Amino acid sequence: MRPSIESTHVSSPPVPQDTVVAPGLAAPVSTGVGADAIIRFQGVSKNWGSNHVLKALNFDVAAGEKVSIIGPSGSGKTTILRILMTLETPSEGLVTVDGDVLWSVNAGEKVRETRQLRETRRKIGMVFQQFNLFPHMTALENIIEAPVHVLGMNRAEAQERAADLLKLVGLAKHMNHTPPQMSGGQQQRVAIARALAMRPKVLLFDEPTSALDPELIGDVLNVIRNLAHTTDMTMLMVTHEMRFAEEISDRVVMFDNGGAVESGPPAQIFKNPQQERTRTFLRAVLQH
Amino acid sequence: MIWDNHFAISVIPLLLQGLWVTIEITLLGTLIAAVLGLVFAVLRRLAIPVLSHLVAFLVVFVRGTPLLVQAYCAFFVLPAYGISFDAFTTGAVVIGINYSAYMAEVYRSGIQGVPAGQWEAATALSLPGVRTWGRIILPQALRTVVPMLGNYLIQMFKDSAVLSAITVVELMAAAQAIGSASFRYLEPLTLAAGLFLAISYPASRLINRLERRYAPQH
Repeated sequence: MRPSIESTHVSSPPVPQDTVVAPGLAAPVSTGVGADAIIRFQGVSKNWGSNHVLKALNFDVAAGEKVSIIGPSGSGKTTILRILMTLETPSEGLVTVDGDVLWSVNAGEKVRETRQLRETRRKIGMVFQQFNLFPHMTALENIIEAPVHVLGMNRAEAQERAADLLKLVGLAKHMNHTPPQMSGGQQQRVAIARALAMRPKVLLFDEPTSALDPELIGDVLNVIRNLAHTTDMTMLMVTHEMRFAEEISDRVVMFDNGGAVESGPPAQIFKNPQQERTRTFLRAVLQH
Repeated sequence: MIWDNHFAISVIPLLLQGLWVTIEITLLGTLIAAVLGLVFAVLRRLAIPVLSHLVAFLVVFVRGTPLLVQAYCAFFVLPAYGISFDAFTTGAVVIGINYSAYMAEVYRSGIQGVPAGQWEAATALSLPGVRTWGRIILPQALRTVVPMLGNYLIQMFKDSAVLSAITVVELMAAAQAIGSASFRYLEPLTLAAGLFLAISYPASRLINRLERRYAPQH
């Protein structure tokens, strides 16, 4: 758009330059990605009583982008995912997903679940730390439940797709097993298949390997890596697996104290962090 | 007073009739209690402004007053306000509502026992509320409460004797009637106790087995 403005510039007032931050004030961390943002947090706060988990957060994720969020516990990183999944209500702010409003909350306002929210929510899927599979249902039943009863897909088609998804996560043989019959790693891979069955535009991962035995982590990471490399799905992952985040992410965001401290390509964050807080955090977690 | 075998045998048919009424009352009462208790538990959890508080009050009221008083009120007081049923129906409904208050608590504990992650997964998949309750939450909650509900069934079976006070001719009332007519209480009351035991003991053994089978999965 800019060139056309330039061309008719002659008689119009000068186009304002990008806002310059007044000297002495810290420049806000740019976590913006411009107009093609699929996820957009604008001035989002979350308070638990006097505890401010998120502080007027501005945060964007571009369509198709793979973003990892790192940071100490209590920094608000999981809250971001939970607000996107509508498991948590922001205290204030605007959240849009794929151009649709998910949350629009004025301070002090009581928020209700609206039809708009329910429709927007369908674009998002989530993989939980504790898998949260339905223990009384087989792997297949877990996967087809929402496609059949939310998307209205016919059962045969849903089963066929579920079988493909189980193959994708390497569990074709476990179709008729229930969660208690599977290892944690297998359960988590079924949980990923279950989320994928809804064809989300955005897939959230909340520390997907934190609850797993160390020897089972690899299989789950392979599945996520495969998704990152082969799909154009937007992926947002909270993780403590630094090497994995470095390997699969387009961008890594360091969170601390309710806000983004630093955001950049993995090479910058892990090899050449600009912020002291990022350096001390990485030093602490990479030491052991 | 000496046990008279001939007399004892002669009253057995009447007692069995009473036992059958006791069983009918128990089954009907359990059905009412199981359904109503579940409705109460779900309504309380849904936190619908006025309704949920009303249910909470009803549960406190029913649990806080004796079954006998409730039965008397329903049978002798309510007819004055035009609400009148026969003794059997009144008895089944009163004991059913009485136990629904206890069963509501059992259901509530079962529902609370379902991990928050199950609700969150249902939300993340956009499952509608009815489906979340019917397919995800209740099947897991009910599994754990089946044995407890069974225990209440046995307790209700014994408690139904209270309804003899409102002229329901169940086992206890039958034994009393035989006693007052013949001035012999030893045989009918001993036999009544024996019949209660003959049903409740095997039933509680069965519940114990259910308890093991429906042990929580988590």
